[in-house]
Amino acid sequence: MIVIVDYGVGNLFSLKSSFAMIGAPVLVSGDEKEISAADKIILPGVGAFGDAAESLRRAGLDEALKRAAGDGKPILGICLGMQMLFDRSFEYGEHRGLGLIPGSVVDMRPKINRELKVPHIGWNALHLPKGPTGLFKYINENDHAYFVHSYYADCDSRYITASTEYDIELTAAVARDNVMGCQFHPEKSGRVGLSILRAFCEM
Amino acid sequence: MITKRIIPCLDVKDGRVVKGVNFQGLNDVEDPVKLAEFYSEQGADELVFYDITASAEGRKLFTGILRDLAEKIFIPLTVGGGINGLEDFERVLQFGADKVSVNSGAIKNPKLSGEAAKRYGDQCVVLSADVKRVDGGYRVFAKGGRVDTGLEAIEYIRRGVDMGAGEIVLNSIDTDGVKRGFDLEMLEAVCNVVNVPVIASGGAGCIDDFVRLFKTLPKVDAGLAASIFHFGEVSISELKNTLADNGIPVRR
Repeated sequence: MIVIVDYGVGNLFSLKSSFAMIGAPVLVSGDEKEISAADKIILPGVGAFGDAAESLRRAGLDEALKRAAGDGKPILGICLGMQMLFDRSFEYGEHRGLGLIPGSVVDMRPKINRELKVPHIGWNALHLPKGPTGLFKYINENDHAYFVHSYYADCDSRYITASTEYDIELTAAVARDNVMGCQFHPEKSGRVGLSILRAFCEM
Repeated sequence: MITKRIIPCLDVKDGRVVKGVNFQGLNDVEDPVKLAEFYSEQGADELVFYDITASAEGRKLFTGILRDLAEKIFIPLTVGGGINGLEDFERVLQFGADKVSVNSGAIKNPKLSGEAAKRYGDQCVVLSADVKRVDGGYRVFAKGGRVDTGLEAIEYIRRGVDMGAGEIVLNSIDTDGVKRGFDLEMLEAVCNVVNVPVIASGGAGCIDDFVRLFKTLPKVDAGLAASIFHFGEVSISELKNTLADNGIPVRR
């Protein structure tokens, strides 16, 4: 069973509907036992990093996620959920993440052309440095995904499975063995997004 | 590179899609869920749904339709109409809306955009303004474009963004329904004072109007239209092909 982690952050309606659309049964749960019993885990998230990380810890779910990662279960973080896989974030101060992938989450503003609007909102093309494999086995280079974010993951290129150009190359997706994440919203990225979720279900 | 967005707008009343010409003379068009699926398949980048029902029953029906839509369509959905407080944000966000568009609600309560942005994030709050030229200036109109509020539009929009609106829909009443192109002059005046995405609305009559919009005003992020899509005068896939041929980045 795939479990979507519910820790009171963001709205899970579209994510739930996406899995229903591809015919994959999911359980939405904030219960540590149910999450520990999952075969695969989706970690969603919208909002500010500090609050979200705190909500996870308060519910005792951070340890459950780390155990699941250690057990080799496929984990997919989405948007803020992806950012939380990293060591730390500098969004409004410095906050500790789950530390499942080495790297930091940083503000894009000082790095990109000042004329560009932030948040980076809209459809942008995916560059797949490792080719159409893993989560991306059903999609192609330059397919578009829907992004909404102001911070991005700054990490070693070995973990980057997709990037997108917004003056600089922003991290669009990452993977470290069974721990994966995408900055964009697959549940809002049309056919491309559903294909990515289907690939995850098949892992 | 981020692409320019093409956004069909569906005005929904009593469960049906309608479209006004200059906001009057409504014609029934089609089933909202079917039409939305059709647009999504054609390559629409986002959909906007305006609830133009005034009654509580109409509102309930609309929320139900939104839920049906969001179960089938996986592109960003913006919802507007009757958004007067945070409880209205909550009502539509829980059924799959990604952004909420405030119009009259923001005129009545200038703090609404700011309060909503604080709770749901800037990216969730769309300030939609119906603007018309009056005595050589731009004025904000309320009640679906019928009532002059006396508010100077450019300053009103700038303030809305300062308070937390993450996106602007600028609907020119002067060009709406006329089908001779977007109001480039009015759009430029708005683009000059805000640094959030601006969506052009009102006046699109043909594919060339979109080409001219994005070529003349590179700061405009999206073009919104209703009747030309509903009546099949412009096909979204054809529109996007033409934009791409003109060097305008689009998602295909």
